[in-house]
Formats: sequence, C-alpha cells, structure tokens
Amino acid sequence: MGPEVVALAPHAAGLRRDEQVERWALLGLSAPALVLVLVTMIAPVAWLFGLSFLADDGSWSLEHYRRMVEQPSYARTFGVTFKVSLMTTALCILAGYPLAYVMSQLPRRVATLCMLGVLLPFWTSLLVRTYAWLVLLQRQGLINEWGMALSWWDEPLALVHNLTGTLIGMVHIMLPFLVLPVLGAMRAIDADYLKAAANLGASPSRAFWSVFFPLSFPGLLAGTLIVFILCLGFYVTPAVLGGGKVIMVSNHIANDIELFFNWGAASALGAVLLVLTLAFLLLAHRLLRLDKVLGGGHGL
Amino acid sequence: MDPRSAVPIAVRGLRKTYGPVRALDDVDLDVRSGEFLTLLGPSGSGKTTLLMVLAGFIRPDQGSLKFGAEEVIRLAPHKRDIGMVFQNYALFPHMDVAANVAYPLKLRGVRAPEAARRVEAVLQTVQLAGYGARRVDQLSGGQRQRVALARAIVFEPRIVLMDEPLSALDKQLREHMQIELRQLHNQLGTTTIYVTHDQREALTMSDRIAVINGGRIMQLDTPQAIYERPANRFVAEFIGESTLLKVTIAGDRCECAGQVLRVAQARAAPGSAVLMLRPERLRILGATEAGTAPESGQNWLQAQVTNVVYQGDSVLVQARLADGSSVNARGVAGRDTLAALPQPGQPVHFGFSVADTVVLADGA
Repeated sequence: MGPEVVALAPHAAGLRRDEQVERWALLGLSAPALVLVLVTMIAPVAWLFGLSFLADDGSWSLEHYRRMVEQPSYARTFGVTFKVSLMTTALCILAGYPLAYVMSQLPRRVATLCMLGVLLPFWTSLLVRTYAWLVLLQRQGLINEWGMALSWWDEPLALVHNLTGTLIGMVHIMLPFLVLPVLGAMRAIDADYLKAAANLGASPSRAFWSVFFPLSFPGLLAGTLIVFILCLGFYVTPAVLGGGKVIMVSNHIANDIELFFNWGAASALGAVLLVLTLAFLLLAHRLLRLDKVLGGGHGL
Repeated sequence: MDPRSAVPIAVRGLRKTYGPVRALDDVDLDVRSGEFLTLLGPSGSGKTTLLMVLAGFIRPDQGSLKFGAEEVIRLAPHKRDIGMVFQNYALFPHMDVAANVAYPLKLRGVRAPEAARRVEAVLQTVQLAGYGARRVDQLSGGQRQRVALARAIVFEPRIVLMDEPLSALDKQLREHMQIELRQLHNQLGTTTIYVTHDQREALTMSDRIAVINGGRIMQLDTPQAIYERPANRFVAEFIGESTLLKVTIAGDRCECAGQVLRVAQARAAPGSAVLMLRPERLRILGATEAGTAPESGQNWLQAQVTNVVYQGDSVLVQARLADGSSVNARGVAGRDTLAALPQPGQPVHFGFSVADTVVLADGA
C-alpha cells in the first residue's frame, strides 16, 4: 500500500478489521446461550418429533398419527384443551383487565401493595396452590361448609373434580400473566391523552373506549396470547382439580407414557400440540398484525 | 370562525390549596372577549393550576368561573367546549393526523363528509394540508404542535387554552410559531389564554399579560405597560433585565448614591423606595456632554466601569456607583459604539430619560 493511498483513506483497513473483531466477539459472547438453547430445546423437540414417526417395532410409520385421526378420544382431548384454554383466557381477561385498570389508577404505594398481591401466587409452588384449591373447593371443603353453615345453599356444590374446579384453579394461576403486561401498557398511557379526550368533548366512558382501551390493547393482546398458550400445555391443575374428567392434551400425553409406555404416541400428541400452537400464533399474527401491535411501534 | 362565538371569562375569588400551600390565592381575573391573554410566571407560580381550573381538570376549593354569563365552575371538562393545546401536545398515538383532528367533530356528531371537509380546511389553516394520513410519530415537533392546534380549534370552541405549547421547540421554530400563532388568533378571534414562563414570548404575543407569582396576579396590563411601568419589584425583576437600586424619595426627586434624580411619578410621602433602570435605556455620555447639567426630562448618573462584555448583537457595560451598588447599561453593538467604549476602571456618565426613572415601593 503506497503512502498516497494511506493519505486518501487513513486507517480504513484497520478500522474495518476492528469492526470485524467486534462482531466475532459479540458472536462469541452469545455462543453459550445459543448452545444452551440448542441442547435443551431444539434437540429434545427434534428427538421427540422423530420418535413420533417410529412404530412399536422400530420401523418408520405414521401409525401414531393415524390412530389420532381414527380414535375419537383424541379429537375430544384437543377439543377439551382448546375449550378449557379459551374459557380460562376469557375469564382471565374479564377479571384481569379491570384489576389492572384499578391498579393503574391507584397511587403508587397502594399499587405496589396490590402488585405484591397479584404476584403472591408466584411465591408458592404450583402444586401446593393447586392442592390448596382442592382443600377449599371439595365437598367437605371450606367453601362448601361455610356456604351451608350460612344457609346459602343446602347441598354441597360440585366445585372440584370437574370443569369448574379446573377453571377456578387455572384462572388463579394464569391471572398474573395477564395482569402484568396489561398493567405495563396502562402505566405507559400518558394521563394527558385522557385529559385531551375530555377537553375535546369525550365523556369518561367515551374517552375510555376511544383512547384508553386502544392504547392498552397491545398489552391485553400480549397477556391474552401468553395465557392462552400456557393453558394449551397445562398439566398439573387439570390433573388434580379435574378429577380425571378434564383430559387435556398434556394429561393424555402423561397417560400414554405412564400407563401404556407408548413414547411414540405421546410424542405424536406433543408434536401436534406444538404445530397447532404455532398455527394459532401464525393466525393471530395474520389477523392482528402482531409485529406492529407488540413491537411497540405505536409510541411517540 | 365566527368571532361572535368568542366569550369573556370572569374569574372571582378562585382558591386552590395543596396542604398549607395556596396554589391559587383568591384570584380575580377578567379576560375580554376575543382577547389573547398570557399567564406569565415562574414555575410553581400557579399559572398552570389556573389554566387547569379553567379547563376543568383541577377542582378548586372555592370561587366562581364564568364563560360569558354561564357559571361553569362545577361543569365537567368534556362539557366546557374549550379547545386546549397541551404542553406535550397529547396527540393520540393510535390515530393518524386526520383522525386526531376529526376526533372532536366525531364526538359532536358531525357527519363524515362534513368532518373531512373541516379537517382539510383546518389543516390548511395550520399549513399542514395533505398531512392527514400521516402517523403522529412521523411528524416533527413543529408539525405535532400544529396538529395539536388544529385539533383544538377545528370544532370552533368558545375559548382556546394553550399550556406552554412552544416550550418543546427549538428557539428558531419557537420564534416563528409565536408570530404564526398570533396571526392565527387575529384571524380566528377566539378568546385565548396562553401560559408561558418565557417573558419574551409573552411580550411578543399578548394583548395583555397577567404576571403571576405565589398564586396571585401581580399585575395585569398590556405588554408595554408591564415592561415600562411594573407595578412592583417582582414584575420589574421577572420581566426583562433590570437594575434595582435603593433610593430615598421625596416628591418628584429621589436620591441615589449621593446623586439626585428626577422620577417619572412623584410621590407625596417621602421615604425609602426602589429605583428600576432598564439597561438598554441608559446611554453612555460623551466627555463634553458629561460636563454640562442635564436638560429637562433627562437624568444623569455617574459611576465607574467595572466590566465590558461583548455579546455579539449588543454590548453590556457594568459599572459601580459610589455606594458600591452596580448598574448595567446595554448598547447596540454598532461599529461606532464599540470604538468609543469606556475601559474598566474609567469613570462613566449614564444618561436616561426621566420617564424611564421608575420608582417602586420598597419590599415585595
């Protein structure tokens, strides 16, 4: 390289090399995380996916998938899974959105206390909480005994070992996953937007629906998706509070493995659930343009 | 807009307390119909509180507020029919420009074609024709400001309130918008109340200025009267540059650091007072002139130069009187002025008109 070239573009080659070194360093730093994801997530899923195509005698076959289509119990399982997930999500929205709204309007200190209450479920194991509901809801449980002692009802209500019990338990566990993103979105809404709406002639309810709700919608959507997807794969609560009457896909998978040692069938179920979940996300993405809504591109 | 729809505003005995602090201390204020009135004061003076009470966002403890003949003190904000421009504009981020501007029309049941026509017309007025489909986050600060203004006037409100609407803009754009806003007001004739802490902005734009401090109106007058004849020490210090000197007054004369000056307004009771001099009203006398006695209508003050500061468009001469108090004089930095500037340490004679020799009550 002649001296006149150096004069035209001083240090160009060196600066370019610095940039490359920086890029490799960045890749090097993220390598452990990439390997971890590969080993703990991608590989097992791929392995299970492979298993689902193996027949009991070890040959390749679509046997497990064929059975899924032929036996009505599988369709019923998927039906129950989506029904329970949808109902849980709907109940979470009905309970969680107003709760988040109240919390967003409270003074900071009170809101922090409420937040502790919302996060309380996270402090104990999911299993413990689920059994706690069993204690509360069963025939001789606290709620039935008090209800009858106060003569609100005469016969013990069937609150557990059925759909009702499953829903109560799942809503309780899922609620924080809805409240947190919704509250985050609500906190980010500038109070001046609502003042501006009022100033321009909007009644409080009109201002809520035309300004507050649309601005909180991305948070609601995020929470709804999280809750719904978590519900699809839920196992413990339906197993304990459903009393064998609420068979969701994950319970079916467990049965296949624990009772029939049929890893192939279980893997096939898992694969279908994964594909259905992805399909659902894709549909939501198409319908709601998730990238725009969740990308936060709406802000000022 | 029909100027007949503008209304006067009457504020009586308005009080708002936060704990022991009176944010509004029994405020009385009359705003004339179609007037551009500015609430000017330092931060925490209560000017924004007053504006928020007018808009209905802050509920006062007591007092009366009338738009025209109508008592509105207990009226909900959305029923007051006021256009407001917020400090941060508060444009709805989930609506495009046209939807933002059409929002108040939609609430008033204006049909879509008519609303679209009015939106386009008002965007034309604020020089944003053709911007209707833009998203709010695609606009510059100045454009957002105009959209906020368009949204506040599109429904032809009786009153327009503006809360420091230009404070987020850079200096050049701010000065441009000041003139533009004022022209728009002349065109629309709506009663307008404008809040700012920027005294130059207030002087530039207003029909009248209400200087506010400590929840009270210190002075309400035209920009010229506020500047030339401040009612008290606070106004004198807050508006413009000023030199304040302790004097003793008797009749139409006062004594300042051993020198006798004639004052603009004679006062019967003798005693101590505060003399206010505006630096740009003082001129430096030449050597020959300084040797003679001042003509009638003129005052002369002798001092010693301590510092000369070149500031581009002007030059500041700082000087000290015999009693140690300092006096500032500001001159346009022309070539002649710069050549004839006194040096620090030299004696200097300042000449100024008796009309500019303003004496204020001592104390607040």
